[in-house]
Amino acid sequence: MKTSISDIIDRYGNDPSRLMDILLDIQEEIGYIPEEINQKIADQLGISKAELVETISFYHFFSNKPLGKYHVYLNNSVTAEMMGREKVKQTFEEEAGIKFGNVSGDGLIGLYDTSCIGMCDQEPAAIINGVIFKDLTPFRIKEMVKYMRQGMPVNEMCRQNYGDGNNSSDLVQAVVSNNIRLKGTVVWDQYSPGEGLQKAIAMKPAEVIEEIKKSNLRGRGGAGFPTGLKWEFCTKAMETERYIFCNADEGEPGTFKDRVILTELPRLVFEGMAIAAYAVGAKSGVLYIRYEYKYLRKHLENALEELRKENLLGKDIAGRKGFDFDIRIQYGAGAYVCGEESALIESAEGKRGEPRDRPPFPVDKGYKEKPTIVNNVETLAKVTKIMKKGSEWFLSLGTKESAGTKLMSISGDCRYPGVYEIEWGHSIYDILEMVGAEEVQAVQVGGPSGTLIGPNQLPRHLGYEDLGTGGALIIFHESRDLLKEVVMNYTEFFIEESCGSCSTCRNIPVLLKDKLQKILDGHGVVQDIDDLLDWSKPLKISRCGLGHTAANPIVTSIQNFRHLYEKRVLRDREFETGFNLADSVRESCEAAGRPANI
Amino acid sequence: MSAKINFIIDGQQCQSEEGKFLVDAAKDNGVYIPTLCNYEGLKPKGSCRICTVKINGRFTTACTSPVHDGMNIENNTAELNEMRKQIIELLFVSGNHFCPACEKSGDCELQALAYRYKMMAPRFPFAFPQKEIDASHPKIIKEQNRCILCKRCIRGIKDEDGKSYFAYQYRGKDSLVVVDRKLAAEMTMEKAQEAMDICPVGSIIVREKGWEIPIGERKYDNAPIGSDIENK
Ligand SMILES: Cc1cc2nc3c(=O)[nH]c(=O)nc-3n(C[C@H](O)[C@H](O)[C@H](O)COP(=O)(O)O)c2cc1C
Ligand code: SF4
Ligand code: SF4
Ligand code: FES
Repeated sequence: MKTSISDIIDRYGNDPSRLMDILLDIQEEIGYIPEEINQKIADQLGISKAELVETISFYHFFSNKPLGKYHVYLNNSVTAEMMGREKVKQTFEEEAGIKFGNVSGDGLIGLYDTSCIGMCDQEPAAIINGVIFKDLTPFRIKEMVKYMRQGMPVNEMCRQNYGDGNNSSDLVQAVVSNNIRLKGTVVWDQYSPGEGLQKAIAMKPAEVIEEIKKSNLRGRGGAGFPTGLKWEFCTKAMETERYIFCNADEGEPGTFKDRVILTELPRLVFEGMAIAAYAVGAKSGVLYIRYEYKYLRKHLENALEELRKENLLGKDIAGRKGFDFDIRIQYGAGAYVCGEESALIESAEGKRGEPRDRPPFPVDKGYKEKPTIVNNVETLAKVTKIMKKGSEWFLSLGTKESAGTKLMSISGDCRYPGVYEIEWGHSIYDILEMVGAEEVQAVQVGGPSGTLIGPNQLPRHLGYEDLGTGGALIIFHESRDLLKEVVMNYTEFFIEESCGSCSTCRNIPVLLKDKLQKILDGHGVVQDIDDLLDWSKPLKISRCGLGHTAANPIVTSIQNFRHLYEKRVLRDREFETGFNLADSVRESCEAAGRPANI
Repeated sequence: MSAKINFIIDGQQCQSEEGKFLVDAAKDNGVYIPTLCNYEGLKPKGSCRICTVKINGRFTTACTSPVHDGMNIENNTAELNEMRKQIIELLFVSGNHFCPACEKSGDCELQALAYRYKMMAPRFPFAFPQKEIDASHPKIIKEQNRCILCKRCIRGIKDEDGKSYFAYQYRGKDSLVVVDRKLAAEMTMEKAQEAMDICPVGSIIVREKGWEIPIGERKYDNAPIGSDIENK
């Protein structure tokens, strides 16, 4: 062992709120987090061992067992399945001689499933020892397992050119492609670092907020909350110690545009954070980024370092006395729910990524109980451009209700999957033409938490007034089995990713899945379709958006594709598998002289 | 926290102090809002969702929401009561609750709520999960078959340094509330009893002691849950 465990914990000042970093470093050092050292870690941090295990056991990428010298995390999202994941998985299992979820007897290879890794435009993809491999085929798998047996380091196993843009830079060296298909006029036009920030500091902080409000910028992370208003709320909070968080968790399956922004324009995003900091008087910021994007770490650290050198971060930024602000990078460890802003804050405080009850909202009580702004990567990138070019310009793009542009992550059955920056207002029909998609059966707008729409809804347009979205669009060809390939996969995703706090979200999706399986197996009756809708209802009273939307794949597919369900249920049979208690006891209740109101 | 404010629950005019949690404010006005994960004196956690009401038309948990002047609240409505009943059913089918053999029968809040909401056979299929009974600690037994994951024990039962005896493990459907072995080894009898009392169901049981009060004479055998508030 090069570094001792206690040195690692010391490195973070024995501070339990830095537990994520501590655990990430320990796992990096030893390869896993052995149970034997839990008590030691807990004692040094002054918490109980059980509390420590709360955090460790929450995150998908933390393990208390050796993961295998080569640990393969193969993405199991819908697009991966569509692009041939099953064969890839089988080949891995055959070649390694083990099933997924296991490590080979010699400890050489571990195979694991993992939720969407943000590569839906280049599937099937996997993360092996932190390195991304994409466009996988059975042939490649055979080759790679052979290399593993020879002991080849993973980065030498890449047999593809490094990707376009900064993916090939010395600090990234990844085979990942940006696939930027359409460079829009907001994010991708000419960027000269510092211009947006210079304009901002020439104004009063309140004027900056006013300008963002005027631009009508709304959050690009999915919920669409007005950005300027969020900042204003933050300034109204009593506490003056404030924080700026950039949400780079990007866990919604089918979304990958934030990865591309952070690969190509990290400084644009960090500058947006600095502008927010100036506007609300924050001294520190955190970029919370998903574990899957670990390969971007050096690149992002370097961007921060450059900004510090140019005095766009640090002390007396851009020569303005007293404007101090700096940013640290916080990696997650595999949990979709950590993209929810309050869960993200919990995680950055070293805890389980469980959403908080609201109120209070993060703008009042966020990170360390202080007022905190959480904004999406794309939102912050746009802030910088709005400061540079003005709210008028931004308002001139898009529709009346939805100003500006949106980065769309488009994948599935189309010729040109990738990232498109388009003005709000395009119809889905336009987009399908743009990306080369034909004979389309359905489009998933906004990822699993969004809506599955059919051909009759293609005239609908993108915009908060019609189809608002975080930007994922997944296209399904006529030949796809929507219920089996899509709805089932998405429902399983929510089961896997629920934090487990709410009685509703922890239990209902499991029941829905079983019922859907029953229908897929040909045993369903009409009542089962109605049950799916009825049983979904209490999800709406869950704590966070994950629970609220966990039945969306089922509910929106019943709304828009009910015939697919009806085709599969036993229509010719009269019997119901359910049992109607009220009906059954009506007679006896009448005899007893009371209503059968059970 | 002292100014009096007015609000409405199901058409009834109510008064309370600004900022009080809605379940408590309602209670002061003789209105019962069902709770399970909430416990007097503990920071609310909003995990069971059974106290959900509609405040100005939006679903919100009453245990976590401070009351403000002019709020219009729906509580005892068909829509909400149906969802509450569904939650109770969910908690029954997702564990293994064999009431007649449970030390908490009659004192159990889940059982009492099932009666209140007239649960007969749950509409959902029983999961009959395989759960273990953790009987490895000197003072308590952790009966995983009955745990409804409300986190009361985690929030409430701590040692003098503030460390929790209980903790939440894993996530989603695999969630499990476990006991810290080292702390439990030194647990006092009083702490053990406190833990058993804080648990709304029979998932924490004090060892070598039981059936002191016969079934039929226990808390909810005497008066249905909520009736103390409603009949005040
Ligand atoms: C389950 C869940 C996951 C989320 N994941 C993300 C995410 O990965 N990235 C993101 O920016 N917002 C995500 N959000 C939305 C955030 O809670 C929050 O609204 C957003 O970061 C605010 O930034 P914005 O206003 O700039 O969009 C998620 C929300 C939920 C409920
Ligand atoms: S809705 Fe689901 S993910 Fe959100 S807090 Fe509740 S259990 Fe956790
Ligand atoms: S043991 Fe009891 S108090 Fe603790 S979480 Fe389970 S049901 Fe709640
Ligand atoms: S009592 Fe309010 S959520 Fe459980």
